[in-house]
Amino acid sequence: MTTVPLLDIRDLTVEFATRRGRVRAIDRVSFTVAKGETVGVVGESGSGKSVTSYAVLRILDRAGRIVEGAIRFGGIAVHAATEAAMAELRGREVSMVFQNPRAALNPVRTIGRQIGDVLIEHALATPATAKAEAIAMLKAVRIAEPEARYHAYPFELSGGMCQRVVIAIALACRPQLLIADEPTTGLDVTTQKAVLDLMVELARERGMSTILITHDLGLAAAYCDRIVVMEKGVVVEDAGAIRLFTKPAHPYTRRLLQATPRSGASVRDLLPERRPPPPRPANGRPLLEVHDLVKEFPPRHGAPPFRAVDGISFTVHEGESVGLVGESGCGKSTTSAMIMRLLDPTSGSIRFAGEDIGAIPAARFARAPHRGKLQMVFQDPTDSLNPRWTAFRSIADPLFRLAGMRRSAARLRVEELAHQVGLPAELLDRFPHQLSGGQKARVGIARAIALDPKLLILDEPTAALDVSVQAVVLNLLVDLRAALGMSYLLISHDLNVVGLICDRVMVMRAGGIVEEGETEEVLRHPRAAYTRALLDAIPHPPAPPALQEPAAAVAAQPVAASA
Amino acid sequence: MARRAKAVLVGRRLLQAVPALIGIVIVTFLLTRALPGDPAVYFAGPAADEASIAEIRRELGLDRSLPVQFVAYLGDLASGNLGTSISTGQPVLTEIVTRLPASLELTLTALILSMAVAVPLGILAATRPDSWIDHACRFVVTAGVSLPTFFTGLALVYVFYYLLGWAPPPMGRLDILTLPPPHITGFYVVDALLARDLSAAGSALAHLALPAITLGLFTLAPIARMTRAAMLQVLGSDFIRTARAAGLSRRQVLFGYAFRNALLPVVTTLGMVFSFALGANVLVEKVFAWPGIGSYAVEALVVSDYAAVQGFVLAMALLFVALNLIIDLAYTLIDPRMGLAD
Amino acid sequence: MDMPSPTAVPPPAAMPKDSFLRHFRYVVASNPVTAVAFALFLVIVGAAVFGPLLVPYDPLATNAARALQPPSWDHWFGTDQLGRDVFSRVVVATRLDLTISVAAVALSFVFGSMIGSLAGYYGGWTDRVVGRCLDTIMAFPLFVLAMGIVAAAGNTIENVIYATAIINLPFYARMARAEVNVRRHAGFVQAAKLSGNGDLRVLAVHIFPNALPPMMVQISLNMGWAILNAAGLSFIGLGVRPPTPEWGIMVAEGANFIVSGEWWLALFPGAALMLAVFTFNLLGDGLRDLVDPARRT
Repeated sequence: MTTVPLLDIRDLTVEFATRRGRVRAIDRVSFTVAKGETVGVVGESGSGKSVTSYAVLRILDRAGRIVEGAIRFGGIAVHAATEAAMAELRGREVSMVFQNPRAALNPVRTIGRQIGDVLIEHALATPATAKAEAIAMLKAVRIAEPEARYHAYPFELSGGMCQRVVIAIALACRPQLLIADEPTTGLDVTTQKAVLDLMVELARERGMSTILITHDLGLAAAYCDRIVVMEKGVVVEDAGAIRLFTKPAHPYTRRLLQATPRSGASVRDLLPERRPPPPRPANGRPLLEVHDLVKEFPPRHGAPPFRAVDGISFTVHEGESVGLVGESGCGKSTTSAMIMRLLDPTSGSIRFAGEDIGAIPAARFARAPHRGKLQMVFQDPTDSLNPRWTAFRSIADPLFRLAGMRRSAARLRVEELAHQVGLPAELLDRFPHQLSGGQKARVGIARAIALDPKLLILDEPTAALDVSVQAVVLNLLVDLRAALGMSYLLISHDLNVVGLICDRVMVMRAGGIVEEGETEEVLRHPRAAYTRALLDAIPHPPAPPALQEPAAAVAAQPVAASA
Repeated sequence: MARRAKAVLVGRRLLQAVPALIGIVIVTFLLTRALPGDPAVYFAGPAADEASIAEIRRELGLDRSLPVQFVAYLGDLASGNLGTSISTGQPVLTEIVTRLPASLELTLTALILSMAVAVPLGILAATRPDSWIDHACRFVVTAGVSLPTFFTGLALVYVFYYLLGWAPPPMGRLDILTLPPPHITGFYVVDALLARDLSAAGSALAHLALPAITLGLFTLAPIARMTRAAMLQVLGSDFIRTARAAGLSRRQVLFGYAFRNALLPVVTTLGMVFSFALGANVLVEKVFAWPGIGSYAVEALVVSDYAAVQGFVLAMALLFVALNLIIDLAYTLIDPRMGLAD
Repeated sequence: MDMPSPTAVPPPAAMPKDSFLRHFRYVVASNPVTAVAFALFLVIVGAAVFGPLLVPYDPLATNAARALQPPSWDHWFGTDQLGRDVFSRVVVATRLDLTISVAAVALSFVFGSMIGSLAGYYGGWTDRVVGRCLDTIMAFPLFVLAMGIVAAAGNTIENVIYATAIINLPFYARMARAEVNVRRHAGFVQAAKLSGNGDLRVLAVHIFPNALPPMMVQISLNMGWAILNAAGLSFIGLGVRPPTPEWGIMVAEGANFIVSGEWWLALFPGAALMLAVFTFNLLGDGLRDLVDPARRT
């Protein structure tokens, strides 16, 4: 690039003061952003991508400090600027959009006034004109009825709407650079698409540069001109989006690309090494038969009773893997809680291995004979382990309670289970806070399969995991199913993940099933409009050719790798 | 429309005080009737003989069944009959009504005093964690909750009355020779100022100073602690980061955004502070011979004047409910989220 | 947030006891005040246990010839209006004051956490009934309620303990309710149900132990408050009767002599009371640092 870049980060190093002394969060990070360019910063948790962006705005925590390097924005040396100069810069020239939009807004101030505050602060409006300007901004981010919404409080708006307001605040002063930090994490996939489309369009319209920080390579590929890949505080690769996908130079980038679920790839394709495809177990007799299942929650404060699940019916056969897909609030979690017998249905029947288990109250199901055969892997591995219990005790609990095992027998069985899920036996005496996310996920899986269940419900089993860990866990699940002959019911919002491990898929919306069929068929030729919308909203990264020719790519030199 | 919704909320909040009132009435009733021992003996006082105890038992209706007694008790409450104080011979209600302004003057002055110090202290401490002011705040807070009010009061009396001679003797609300100002609000300082009686006002203020400071020191700690904690939490929240990233000035971030959010938890926990303050009020009144309802109750306890003690407990509980109600109403009006949250 | 905090890195082969001790040392080292509080705590407990054996004079022996003597080498804290040694009385009083508050706090902890846990776990009408009862207690200024209870139930030390326990009960019950309630739907609780644990077992074995650390902090902070309440009650003549040595009543007796300059009668028992409360409060703060998951690796 010949012109002077808008943002120039050189050898930026940030350290945090912690109990164990100073910890280097990012180490000599360098990259630039040109005027009008959209740059993606991609990395897994702990890569330092957010720290980098906070450093650019100098809003690091009190414990964080820039120890080395330079940040230049326009002609200004940000790393050395005074607080007063920074106040001028923030919001006026560089602004930021955050994760978790609802928490990012002041809960007790109307959204219109929050937009107005920024305008007044930067002298772009007077208290008299702020209202009109704020309404114009609300209109610009496509909020319907902006005049009425001006007076709304954040709690009255949906998550997607709140993110639009945050974008309005960020863009109100027509900054030259917008930094978006995981702006759509936690939003539904259709909302994600709408929000990102809007952001990119506004940026283009205003000739703004954008930094999009995300853990999702596919997302970055769909929206960015150039992508910076970070790993453990270091930039490992910096290349144009197409080039990064077609000729990834750094091994970490290749691993990341490979681990990212995409249409057309099999679950084995996500792993760095080649492994034979898993055998597909033959379907047997019907195992779980759900008929006309309804869950109605009682009315609250005059609101009508809410039907979370509205008369759904389906069957899962022995050895089959079925996906249940839908956006938040569609009733998929309520359905799984009822099948798991943690929640009593309002009406309908749940037959498991021929017996109507729906008739047994949830409160008494803990000691029912089928309890051990019907198990679950939970969404958040951290939340699903008792923080005061060792991994061993968590895995052994069902063995003690339901199989009546003694300690010595349980020890043997737990070690066998740990081996099965690939958890080193020496980790069994650790507490959850001493385990990594992937290790915790393995403990949860070991516990779930301890009693040889026939049906395992997987509730977003990888949603809280980094993509490389997700790839490993998904493969583990596929292998376990083949080895143990279990059936799976996978609850997920992610059609790509469902496509990887499910034979059949059901798409759920507003308490009902809108489409059901063979996974391949549904993903390729969706019949319901809603399924099509879901599929369209998934960003489609180009398939990494590195898979076919890994040797050729290694030759290419990393652009900005410094290790 | 928003105004009407608020009105509904206020109405609902007022209704929510009803169960508390019912609870208070039941508990005060139980305290007099259902506990072990013969209430008639208590109410008759230590000097009574068999005949007068029997007389009292009939008078109180203790020979009838509990529900009947409860109905009678409700009737008495409705007509303002709290019984007669055996030590003074006056109706308990009259005694309490005449002494209430003194207690209120003391408690409210103390609360205003401590809030004026504690809230800024808490904010300062929260904005500069681990600075000297933060450490000072933490020390004040821990020391403050550790001080027995009666002991602080005595220490202040010793220093400012006995050693320095700055304060008047700890006896009552005025010098012996000063006449009380005409009764308007019942607060001597205010009344004396309204009557343009500067010497009376000065005397009232001088007498009020030490007890109010004593009580204020006690309530200072919880308020400062809450303010600091609430501010720290709010300052760490996401929307403050948004405000900073949008370049809002430090003033605006601190007061326009953080403080208003921190105020809400502070305001809700003020109820607890009132509870402390009204309890400690009894002790402070005893130390300073302050003629409020607290010292009245303590005197009544000494001579086993139970009607007076029960009347006092009831009055304090009603006062506390009223104070909480005012706080809750303020909270309902401040927080836009109220009404949807529950 | 995306901080590469060191907490994500598991300590190599750390054993739980080890890490607790290390954490304890860290807390004590980073806040020496906590170490002082632990030391003071030991002194107070020592005075409560061995006090009557160690004091130089009989705390009840009067001697008109030595009345109202200021502190001296013979009488470190001076003598009172009846010539009793104030130092001996202050030390001996520790046991009674501590007994009252420990008994009261233990009662309210046991019953409060039981009631609160059940309300928090089952919710629904259990929760509503418990909530109503607690609200009724909280509708009174608590010290005033304690006065009323002792006055009605009879002026004895046992009743002071019960009254103090009753006014403390809502704190434990509400805390237990909140701590249990937030964990009621946690993943590990559902997993425990899937492992065949009944409701009561889930509550007792899985949820309650996790709610315990914040409750321990509450106990320590509450001890100070219980001591203050008990002393306040005896200050106004409830519970303990003279000539029993007790801090509150000693301050009350000494109060009459403050205006004539005999400060030592009220100062020393008051200071002892303050020190005890201060110790428990500091200890509570220290414990909070110890168990606060945010500061824990």
